[in-house]
Amino acid sequence: MIAILVTFGVLGMVLLTFGERLGRWAFLVAALAPAVSTVWVCAQLPGIVDGRVVSEHLSWVGGLGLAIDLRLDGFAATMTLIVSGIGVLVLLYAASYFSSDAPHLGRLAGLLVLFAGAMVGLVQSDHLLLLYTCWEITSVTSYLLIGNDHTDADARAAALHALLVTSAGGLAMLGGFVLLAAESGTYRLSELADGAVPGGATVTAALVLVLLGAFTKSAQYPFHAWLPGAMAAPTPISAYLHSATMVKAGVYLVARLAPIFAATMVWRPLVLTIGLATLVAGGLRALRQHDLKLLLAFGTVSQLGLMVVLFGAGTPEATTAGWVLLVAHALFKATLFFVVGIIDHQTGTRDIREITPLGPGWRRVEATAAISAASMAGVPLAAGFIAKEEAYGAFAGMPFGGSAVVLAAMVGGSMITFAYGVRFYWGAFVEPRRRARTEGDEAELEPASAPSWRFVAPGVVMAGASVALGVAPQVLDPFASVAVASLHATAEAVHLELWHGFNLALALSVLTLGGGWLLVVFNRRTQSVLATGSAVPTGEAVYLVLLRALAVTSRRVTGIVQNGSLPAYSGVILATAAVLPAAVLLSSWDWPGWPAFGASGDVPIAGLLILAAFGAATARRRFSAAVFLGAAGYAMAGLFVVDGAPDLALTQVAVETLTTVVFVLVLRQLPDRFERQSSSGRRRAVRLGVAGLVGATVFVFAIIAGGSRIAPPVSDEIIARAEPDGHGRNIVNVILVDFRALDTFGEITVLAVASIGAVALARVGRRVAEEGAEEGKEPVVARAEGLNRIVFVDVSVRVIFHAVLMASLWLLFAGHNAPGGGFVGGLLVGSAITLRYIAGGMKDVRGRSRFRPWTVLGAGLLLAALTATFPLLGGGDVLDVASASVTVPLLGTARLSTALVFDTGVYLTVVGMVLMAFEAFGDEPAEAPT
Amino acid sequence: MTIVLAATAATLFAVGTYLVLQRKLSRIIIGLSLLTHGANILMITSGRRGAPPIIGRADPSTFADPLPQALALTAIVITFAVTILLLALGYRSWLLTDDDEVEDDLADRAIARGDILRKEIADQETFMSHEHGDAGP
Repeated sequence: MIAILVTFGVLGMVLLTFGERLGRWAFLVAALAPAVSTVWVCAQLPGIVDGRVVSEHLSWVGGLGLAIDLRLDGFAATMTLIVSGIGVLVLLYAASYFSSDAPHLGRLAGLLVLFAGAMVGLVQSDHLLLLYTCWEITSVTSYLLIGNDHTDADARAAALHALLVTSAGGLAMLGGFVLLAAESGTYRLSELADGAVPGGATVTAALVLVLLGAFTKSAQYPFHAWLPGAMAAPTPISAYLHSATMVKAGVYLVARLAPIFAATMVWRPLVLTIGLATLVAGGLRALRQHDLKLLLAFGTVSQLGLMVVLFGAGTPEATTAGWVLLVAHALFKATLFFVVGIIDHQTGTRDIREITPLGPGWRRVEATAAISAASMAGVPLAAGFIAKEEAYGAFAGMPFGGSAVVLAAMVGGSMITFAYGVRFYWGAFVEPRRRARTEGDEAELEPASAPSWRFVAPGVVMAGASVALGVAPQVLDPFASVAVASLHATAEAVHLELWHGFNLALALSVLTLGGGWLLVVFNRRTQSVLATGSAVPTGEAVYLVLLRALAVTSRRVTGIVQNGSLPAYSGVILATAAVLPAAVLLSSWDWPGWPAFGASGDVPIAGLLILAAFGAATARRRFSAAVFLGAAGYAMAGLFVVDGAPDLALTQVAVETLTTVVFVLVLRQLPDRFERQSSSGRRRAVRLGVAGLVGATVFVFAIIAGGSRIAPPVSDEIIARAEPDGHGRNIVNVILVDFRALDTFGEITVLAVASIGAVALARVGRRVAEEGAEEGKEPVVARAEGLNRIVFVDVSVRVIFHAVLMASLWLLFAGHNAPGGGFVGGLLVGSAITLRYIAGGMKDVRGRSRFRPWTVLGAGLLLAALTATFPLLGGGDVLDVASASVTVPLLGTARLSTALVFDTGVYLTVVGMVLMAFEAFGDEPAEAPT
Repeated sequence: MTIVLAATAATLFAVGTYLVLQRKLSRIIIGLSLLTHGANILMITSGRRGAPPIIGRADPSTFADPLPQALALTAIVITFAVTILLLALGYRSWLLTDDDEVEDDLADRAIARGDILRKEIADQETFMSHEHGDAGP
């Protein structure tokens, strides 16, 4: 079963991606998935009729009870057959309906397959959350299918309407499911059906929410308005989604839950009222449509109402009637849509006032339409009649209070159904001929060309089935019995018959046919009475008001929280970061007392830092600001020395040097002075306020946190284990490349990403400039560089360069045991590269190595990654460290461990990053693109 | 932690915040660097102060806490990378607009004015008005 769902998913995705080039053949390919599903279910049928249940279980998150539970019982098999079987026919029909040059056929076919898969999943799922997931997939695919013609504003609006209504209902339903599961302790439908019926206020609320989902999906009053709107979709889509399958999801859910909950207080009044109202009101509106498709759409709304009544009653007899109607409706409604599609396709209209007379080539279509309309109207010898008889029979015995009302409303609704059934056939076939005869202009009209047999065949198949089931309904007995039994465990076997003898049901059927006929005959006189159908208030106005309010609210909220101003964003973030911790600090005030004022070395360094910070903030020139920033950095290095952190001091000095260099490289392109800021005094005050707040919070936090240590630091253990476990004496380095090596790996990844980003940003458009340069602009730059070189700088740099490289290698190699390591070593190489840049510009930097900066960067990252994952081969864990003692001339003895290899990766990444920085900013301004 | 260092960290945070709240990208970058310095001071001083944590050079019980040092070291290098990226942004901004000022986002302003949603609603209303009227007898 899961395999079949996967087939739907994969085929759908493939068609979405590659289906365009298949043209309308895509539909034939698409038909494979539902065909497989149909064949599979047919193969299971003998077993299912014997009462067996096919189920599959795939656990996903066991602890949360999340699983894919599929269960094929009699009722699920019915739905699967309808969804898959009609799916095949619709896809075959679509292959004739669309012309090969219509746009987006692959997309349509793919979406239809995905939709069909979701629908199959929905009816087979035994887990409420899985059901919900499939439910929402059908909503989303239906949205895309209705809005297929995305250039049409109406189609877009209709799609949005359908999506908002059905997914809002879906959300309510999800809430209901959660409540239901909380109360009953299970998400499994089968366990829910077998277990004791829970009751109480929670269950009542849950049921109302779940029903809200079912009613929106099945277009019940007052949520029905989206369904007629959804007729904006191409007709094959309407035939499939909005008549035969998706809208039946709500009915399906009602059918599943009714036997369990029908006896609860809220169920029957709610379900039967809504269902009957939908039956009558939808029918009345169908009776007044001129567009054949809209007529069928309102007819569908009405029939869905009847199905909700039948399944919702929760008695085995009514469920039987519902089951027959479900099958019959799928057969006749899809066929009628097919007929409308054919007429629309061949004549160019589906308005019954404009359809041209249809010639002799249309006999098959006409017969198909007549049979299906008869089935819809409930005429004997068609499947719809059996359903109607069963329905009357189910309520004739008055199984519960109010049955008489239900019966009366059903008879009324069925009369209307009969009337609009006749209207459909009459309007499409008879009336155009009569009109042509009376007006006598038949000769002038171009007769519509008859459709090809391939176009008609799918409808003929279903119309044939309608007649077969209408004449010999008893062939369905075994299937119907097991389907009803899968909903009502105690149900007796079903016997469907054309002739039940003289009883109340037959009398009502006669009454229905007679009343319906009168409605047709006295059409004009009854119009004014029937027009009340359109006066019934619907949910459209409410929908529009809600939509408008939602839009206005979201606009206001977005305008405030996303105003597009960077200072506003950072201001909010920083102020929050200051205020929230401050509130916590103040609410649990526990003053540890003032710490020492300061160590002797601290004061001058602190003074220098503060001065440099203010200098950087107030400098008018960009260069001065950068220099002040550099001074602050060196002061930090001094602080690290005083604090016993030689690694940090080394790193800080190297970073500060390189930062200053890069700053200067960029700033030489920017204007020297900051332009006068035109910001108001109020903004300045806000900035100062936030800054003061942040500073104050940090100060208080630092004092309190510093005096609040309650446990010994974890670093005691780190110090103790550094040498035995990490084989290194420089504990900071051991932490970086061994204990916390995964963090370090993450960090060098960030370095790589940031430098790739920098190069990309700075060099966008450069390729174009370089290509232009090849056409004769290049020599200018080369000459300029040649002239700028100074001999003694050049020579001394060449000497120093290699010495610095050796030093960096020593730092890398010795870093495990003495101050140093990959980061510092790499940064030192960066300094050496800076020297070369000063001497010879970018040309010299690039000339140092055959490797491009990104190659070095990637090699470093790759080396680190390989070292990290290497132990996996031997069955170890990621980043396990192995080591051996090695003596290298000049560099001394070290325990050479894989940590060193990892550190080499870090080293290379940092070197790559510095090279990337020069690649980004190093070119002379003349070379830069303008 | 000493009062002097707490005050220094607080000052760096305050000045950094003030700069980050401006519109010139070069100032924002400088502000971020100062914020990082402040954060590093907090980190370093949160642990024990003492001798460099290198085994064999001093008594382990007098070592400065190595864990905050390792954290601060990564912070320093990351800041370097972020600075380069932000400088590239400023450079790009200068290429395109001759300035490194961060402008307000135009699309966001348009949404705040309601230009985009109004159209969706209008679509819905036209659709409702002509799709759903009954055709009459």
